[in-house]
Amino acid sequence: MKHHLVLMGLPLRVLRPQHWYIRVRHMIAAASMAAITSAAAAQDPTAALSANAFNPAISLILSGTYTHLSQDPATYALPGFAVGDAASPGQRGFGISPTELHLGANIDPDLYGAMALIINPDNTVALEEVYFQTTSLGHGVTVKGGRFFSGIGAINQKHPHAWDFIDEPLVYRAFLNFQYGDDGLQVRWIAPTETFIELGGEILKGSGFVAGGNEKNGVGAYSLFAHIGGDVGVSQSWRVGGALLNAAPRGRESGDIAADLPDRFSGDSRLWTADFIWKWAPNGNPRLRNAVIQGEYFRREDDGSMSGAVSGISGDYRARQSGAYLQGVYQFIPRWRAGLRYDVLATHELNDASGALADLDYSPSRASAILEFAKSPFSRFRLQYNADQSRSSNVDHQVYAQYQLSLGAHGGHQF
Amino acid sequence: MKKIIGVCLLLILGQSGINEARAALQVMACEPEWGALAREIGGEDVVVYTATTGLQDPHLIEARPSLIAQVRRADMLVCTGADLEAGWLPLLLRQAGNPRVQPGTPGYFEAASVVAKLEIPTRLDRSEGDVHAAGNPHIQTDPRNIARVAEALSKRLGEVDSTHAAAYQARHAAFSAKWNTAMQRWEKLAAPLKGVAIVVQHRGFPYLSNWLGLREIATLEPKPGIEPSSAHLSTVLAQLQRQPAKMVIHAAYQGGRASAWLAGRANIPVVELPFTVGGTAEAQDLFSLFDDTLQRLLKAVK
Repeated sequence: MKHHLVLMGLPLRVLRPQHWYIRVRHMIAAASMAAITSAAAAQDPTAALSANAFNPAISLILSGTYTHLSQDPATYALPGFAVGDAASPGQRGFGISPTELHLGANIDPDLYGAMALIINPDNTVALEEVYFQTTSLGHGVTVKGGRFFSGIGAINQKHPHAWDFIDEPLVYRAFLNFQYGDDGLQVRWIAPTETFIELGGEILKGSGFVAGGNEKNGVGAYSLFAHIGGDVGVSQSWRVGGALLNAAPRGRESGDIAADLPDRFSGDSRLWTADFIWKWAPNGNPRLRNAVIQGEYFRREDDGSMSGAVSGISGDYRARQSGAYLQGVYQFIPRWRAGLRYDVLATHELNDASGALADLDYSPSRASAILEFAKSPFSRFRLQYNADQSRSSNVDHQVYAQYQLSLGAHGGHQF
Repeated sequence: MKKIIGVCLLLILGQSGINEARAALQVMACEPEWGALAREIGGEDVVVYTATTGLQDPHLIEARPSLIAQVRRADMLVCTGADLEAGWLPLLLRQAGNPRVQPGTPGYFEAASVVAKLEIPTRLDRSEGDVHAAGNPHIQTDPRNIARVAEALSKRLGEVDSTHAAAYQARHAAFSAKWNTAMQRWEKLAAPLKGVAIVVQHRGFPYLSNWLGLREIATLEPKPGIEPSSAHLSTVLAQLQRQPAKMVIHAAYQGGRASAWLAGRANIPVVELPFTVGGTAEAQDLFSLFDDTLQRLLKAVK
């Protein structure tokens, strides 16, 4: 996941790892067309379909970001938090973001398959998701297997291009190293009720960040999650959720990974999440105006031992840390959206005998504002400002300008 | 004591009501016109849930939790198809875990599959805007299409719920007779609309125009799905100076601002059409949908 920055097509320097994505709103399948046949074309049901009609739906997400950071990103840190290699505000200047290639199709009457491939700016390729999903088990049960984003949290299972802000919430940066994807199996069940009730669980390899380095037979991590949702009248809809991700990391790397000096944590890591999303649109018609308010609370409990790279000491480690964010995005006229977000993290208890981390009694926080313009349903341009107090009370003024384009077939996004 | 008995009775009656509802076929209609049609043909043998209202843009629906729960419960889906619901229905189907309504099963009914579609693109390219390979999906604005869908839907209902097949056929026969009479009345009523030049905000009415002989001479959206820009509106206004139109029409779910801007300058009326059942207060069922549509169009040409 190490990226090279490419400025105006010229490779400049090797970067610290980062993870940049952008968001594409619903690719609405609009109904009518410009290039049309003039006369009523009666359909011949016996007309032969060409073989490429069987090809999967293909879509490509292209994006690029200009980043202005008032403080040196090399000094970025979340004091007191053992963070992974993707915890970064990004790199200064022009840069393209990872290109996403999505393929998906029904495999047979019982299975659906999909893949999301990431092509990084440094020409490395990563399989972000590749999974099968059942379509015919019935009784509201769906089984998914392969590599996929976990069902925990409000936005973890969405592709980052569908998020409302250019960068990830601090709780995702601190606790999940951007986003939690892993290899394994997921089972979900939807209750046969008018109110949406979803229960799910996953058994996972434990190779994603919050687990990390757990290579053994059996299950390296598991999760349980639940969602409840519904409508209030015709104009409002909501969903609340809660989840537990339980992992047993062995040598989970954090700290100065870029310099090959990682601290390593082994033990038990439990992440609790609670989230809500509330959406409003007059008459349930988001075309003209709509609003989304969303918040998440994460709490992580780490118990085990830490081996400090710099100190060379291994010792007991115990941490109780939490964080939350609240955000609102409002489409005030067609094509224009504006949003605000506030992030905060807190350390309740931190005992690290290795000396790698110290409880500095500091709560990282960040305030963000975003303005978004959608030229068409397939192209978006966004401008975001962060007053970032992640590392200290000295504000890092961060400005991001971004384009995000969607080519090809693109279905809608999850709620 | 009386109160307690009353409450118990209510509970029991309520419960039996729920049981009856569970016994009936659960139909989820994607759009209000198909919900109305399913009620006409299904009668008391179906319980219909309509996923969208006449004031919502059927292209642009959130895959809400409540809709996932409804797809989970449904015995049958009645949708337009032709990719109208491509932005939300596939998501609902993948999440709901209900094999009874997956595409390819009898429980999945696409209305557009039984009518001849208009505006099938000769060039599939996004530079043409939000184009659609299968053709224009807004088939419900022509009552002849409703008649075709009604016939196919009654057969399909009988296939999914064979115990009531005869009842569906009987209700279809009654509906069909009433509908044919109404169509004759509408066609007579609409004679003054033949050949009338109109401007449309979105390409939502080719079937209506085709039925009534309206001539669409301009579209306010520069490309399908792309909001009208002031530059494009000025071009349309200039065109109208050379080639006048009688009215600007838009669907109730669309904001009428672009239509009103143009109409004010071209000095022609704006006609807001219900587009589907529930789009206006008058359009309460399929019959009043066309009554109201014609009344609004005729008022503009007077």
